[in-house]
Amino acid sequence: MKVRPHITQNEPLIFEHSSPGKKGYQLPPLDVPPVDPVSALGSGAVRREIPGFPEVSEVEIIRHFTRLSTWNYAIDLGLYPLGSCTMKYNPRVNEYVARLEGLAMAHPYQPESLSQGAIRVQAQLEEYLGEITGMDAVTLQPAAGAHGELTGILVVRAYLESQGDPRRTVLIPDSAHGTNPATAAIAGYQVREVKSNDQGMIDLAELEREVDETVAGLMVTNPNTVGIFENEIAKVAELLHSRGALLYMDGANMNALAGIARPGDFGVDVMHLNLHKTFSTPHGGGGPGAGPVAVKSHLEPFLPTPRILEREGHLSYDYEREQSIGRVRAYCGNFGVLIRALSYILAHGGEGLRNATADAVLNANYIRKGIEADYHLPYPAPSMHECVFSDDTQARRGVKTGEIAKRLIDYGFHPYTVSFPLIIHGALMIEPTETESKGELDLFIEAMRSIAREVEDDPELVKSAPHSTRTKRVNEVLAARRPVVRWEPGEGE
Amino acid sequence: MGLSSVEDLFAHLPEELRLNRTLDIPPGKSEYEIIDYFRELAGQNANGYASFLGAGVYRHYRPVVIDPLVTRGEFLTSYTPYQAEISQGILTAIFEFQTMVCQLTGMEVANASMYDGSTAVPEAAMMAVRITKRDKVLVATSLHPEYREVLDTYSRHQEMPVETIAYDAESGRIDLNELEAELSDRVAAVIVQSPNFFGIVEQTREAAELAHRHGALLVVIFTEAVSLGLLEPAHEADIVAGELQSFAHPPSYGGPFVGVLATKQRYIRQVPGRLVGQTVDEDGNRAFCLTLATREQHIRREKATSNICTNQALVALMATVYMTVFGKEGLRELAEQNLAKAHYLAGEIQKRGGKLAFSGPFFNEFVVRPSRVSAGQVNERAMEDKIVGGLDLSRFYPELAGSMLVCATEMNRREEMDRFAEKFAALTT
Repeated sequence: MKVRPHITQNEPLIFEHSSPGKKGYQLPPLDVPPVDPVSALGSGAVRREIPGFPEVSEVEIIRHFTRLSTWNYAIDLGLYPLGSCTMKYNPRVNEYVARLEGLAMAHPYQPESLSQGAIRVQAQLEEYLGEITGMDAVTLQPAAGAHGELTGILVVRAYLESQGDPRRTVLIPDSAHGTNPATAAIAGYQVREVKSNDQGMIDLAELEREVDETVAGLMVTNPNTVGIFENEIAKVAELLHSRGALLYMDGANMNALAGIARPGDFGVDVMHLNLHKTFSTPHGGGGPGAGPVAVKSHLEPFLPTPRILEREGHLSYDYEREQSIGRVRAYCGNFGVLIRALSYILAHGGEGLRNATADAVLNANYIRKGIEADYHLPYPAPSMHECVFSDDTQARRGVKTGEIAKRLIDYGFHPYTVSFPLIIHGALMIEPTETESKGELDLFIEAMRSIAREVEDDPELVKSAPHSTRTKRVNEVLAARRPVVRWEPGEGE
Repeated sequence: MGLSSVEDLFAHLPEELRLNRTLDIPPGKSEYEIIDYFRELAGQNANGYASFLGAGVYRHYRPVVIDPLVTRGEFLTSYTPYQAEISQGILTAIFEFQTMVCQLTGMEVANASMYDGSTAVPEAAMMAVRITKRDKVLVATSLHPEYREVLDTYSRHQEMPVETIAYDAESGRIDLNELEAELSDRVAAVIVQSPNFFGIVEQTREAAELAHRHGALLVVIFTEAVSLGLLEPAHEADIVAGELQSFAHPPSYGGPFVGVLATKQRYIRQVPGRLVGQTVDEDGNRAFCLTLATREQHIRREKATSNICTNQALVALMATVYMTVFGKEGLRELAEQNLAKAHYLAGEIQKRGGKLAFSGPFFNEFVVRPSRVSAGQVNERAMEDKIVGGLDLSRFYPELAGSMLVCATEMNRREEMDRFAEKFAALTT
């Protein structure tokens, strides 16, 4: 058995702990004369207090957040097989180096002569990401994957504009992440969906019909969201290029490729990476991430300002870039995340990155093999770093993917990604990553098979899951119907 | 599994697309070598320097309790809380974050965080465009220059023209006459920062009145969250957005930070990014979950309010712990210390011939022009004394060449402020 229940503590909201005069802070005595706020700022400008702000002691703070933490599932507790999210182990040395005083306390406006180490971190990471992707230039400015997508599409637009016509439409496969169409819309493009073929892959014939002189580019994820490598990707690139359009690659699934194949070698013009996926920076409950964008040399002039220059070992920033799309974020991006990703690459080296990819693919195929007798596999093509099933078999007994997912919680696992990609009805998208041991994978396979049996024997047991969590099934409909997004005094539990 | 080697897993990839060499990256390093590598790089940055840089990124004291809490693996290594039953920890903390952001800004609702302050600006502008169904944005030039650059990048393809409103050369505040002249029934939003880039508390009430008279929304941006410990928040604003880096995140060479976006209840469905809402579980216990997802990209795709997927949950958690540690009294005391330090430093610099560029009231930053030596000389002399001086403004405001933006926080001791002020004095030969 993977799990056994244990006691967790109840804990009110921090505001409900609060009472006047309790303190959790200390400041040194002021070593300069005090200034009267009203005379310095004007009477109307000074607030009386911050109504409702907490007043608690240090031990209450420690217990409050520690208790909350025990209500969370995490990679540190076990397999977290969210497909497309690449929930791999987050090495602690990365946390350590990101907190080194000279890096953590560096100010983005301190003189370049006093920032050589901080700029070197970026220059080195740009170089390695270029090598891993096979691309010519990299910007580290985007703060997240979707932000990288926007940067990439703005670069596409700027490039096409420089050629005389930005064009109107971006093509997106029906299997794509929702961020792709949302991004294209913000960059001022109309979105046209391209249907996948019966293998879950890009339909070259369909694409042939869709690509005309209004098409700026195609946004493709490779391996795609079904976990399948797009074998005709080079032909796709050729087709686009022959009609003046560009190939954008969503690098969300780079964990299947690092060291094995390089987007720059199969015709991709521009792509983004999610450092919080492939490069192990912690997801932190939903951020921070980082979304570097890598391009081929013809797109380099359009990358965000500034770019790093190196002359005789001295690093500096170049702000004079006429064709640049401008800034997408203040300063130089999520620097602390960049440090962690560089640390990850250094720890692996070229060979280690390839081994990690191979293990990620091996683990996904091991799970596929382990449960394919019990769950329906809609696309038989070989799996890369994730395998995607449907709930076809279980749905006949009235049990859906979302319910199987909730039942997995009772077995001590975080669920897989539910109901995505949209081209598979009732999808179960499973990505174990390379950092799981065979023992943990076997427990997961056993859990999935056990749930399949439960669906046959006692479907209600599955449909009413989870049974073992401190919080039972959460009423999401109520939350949306009557949105309460902040605490108000007087509202008890 | 019927495979003879791991290579078989990739046999289906077309031969010509496979990389048939090892990546050109040096062999993997051990933990100690990695630490050594980064120590070496850290050593090439400013170490052991006093600093008077602010300009959107602030050095504040980080209470020790913060890191042990935010590095707990249950927070650090969890994903976006889609599975509410096993994510109540982070959901509860984000709900507290949203609440504290409301208390701090005087707004009614706040989202789960934005990437940072700079990207919160175009998101707020686009939100105002959706609400008013107008297209134009007026932005004060006293908004952080890099934030304005980000707004320009986003707006270019949005059919959202952006026009700037100058600052008053005497007070350093937004020029209300120019604002009034530029307002029209095309304007969706007026964007001002307070305290503004020059550290000066803005006339948000006057700006709101003008904006509202013309049917536009007022967006108030802040970069120095500590100021809200003392300053009356802009209740008159329709959207308040900004940066919470000051609350527990070190400068970290510019990121990762945590943006906020807060607004009135009636605009909740136009808010970008994640929102955590309160509800109940099957047993009737209070519970939290992500909510109003129909605004978001994974449901609405190209019709979403924003393409944002990730927020900055861990940095938001850091800020939540920080706000809890300082609390009602502490944040006030902290803000008062910042005010006192900056005013002390400004006084000492003035004694040595420095002239304040503006007359408007300032919080913990001010623009000063040395008169007995050049700004370059001040910073050079400071560097020799292991002090990073103020930000030379010529890069962003050519008309302010010769002036610098100087910041003092609770981290600056009197002794180092005295030493820095000395650099403004005439050279004695």
